[in-house]
Amino acid sequence: MPTEFTPVSALIGGALIGLAATTLYAALGRIAGISGLLNQALEQTAERGWRVAFLLSLIAGAALWFVFGIDVPAPRRDFPLPWLIVAGLLVGFGTRLGNGCTSGHGICGLARLSKRSLVAVASFMACGAATVFVLRHLIGGIA
Amino acid sequence: MKRIASASAAGLLFGLGLAISGMTNPDKVLNFLDVAGSWDPSLAVVMGAALAISVPGFAWLRRRGRSFSGAALPEPPSARLDARLLAGSALFGIGWGIAGYCPGPALANLAQGSGEAVLFVVALLAGSQLARWAGPRNE
Repeated sequence: MPTEFTPVSALIGGALIGLAATTLYAALGRIAGISGLLNQALEQTAERGWRVAFLLSLIAGAALWFVFGIDVPAPRRDFPLPWLIVAGLLVGFGTRLGNGCTSGHGICGLARLSKRSLVAVASFMACGAATVFVLRHLIGGIA
Repeated sequence: MKRIASASAAGLLFGLGLAISGMTNPDKVLNFLDVAGSWDPSLAVVMGAALAISVPGFAWLRRRGRSFSGAALPEPPSARLDARLLAGSALFGIGWGIAGYCPGPALANLAQGSGEAVLFVVALLAGSQLARWAGPRNE
């Protein structure tokens, strides 16, 4: 489904994400990488508390906007479930193997001037774009 | 307690930012990746705005040397590229391009009671465990 370019909300939301990552780094010296935080929150016993707090607060922060925000679109419902499961498995497997996702490599890794993160971002952006190209323009959609 | 409070504040800002920016909408993400079709550059603006804060913020903290809790900052990132990193981020990109969810927005969508997001997060956790047990080891 086409969506409109929304530069103002993108700027505001993006700045908040950058502020959030900087806050966690400043306060705790930790990287706000969601895939890593999720794994560690579920698997470690030491230092679990702040990770769980961060993740639950992330959901609460989004909930605030979903309830009080403007122009909040309804959640997508018609996506084919087998593809959703395949996508989830790949994202879980890939982020564990590659040690990070859009937040850890994209927002924090690049801010740390990490060459590994730069390569990771280039790789997942290129593979994501290639996947969309194949699914939408060569196969003609999966829905 | 202070650490919990700081982490909660950071998480709240993060989730709010994801939702305000529209990145919780998987169609917006897929359209960003659809450069040959219905391209929506919003995600690039989100990343640019986030980096405009985090790059100088992180640089300032590096010069300062320590976090405010007194905890050391993480070691400088390694520059070594390996097959794990390349394969992992490629597989992540493919999964991202299929459904339009990366881990943060998928979690944020739980707040909207999205059944899709619940299923996606369960599959994500399963994929992560698969890589933990069956994937190549860290050297």
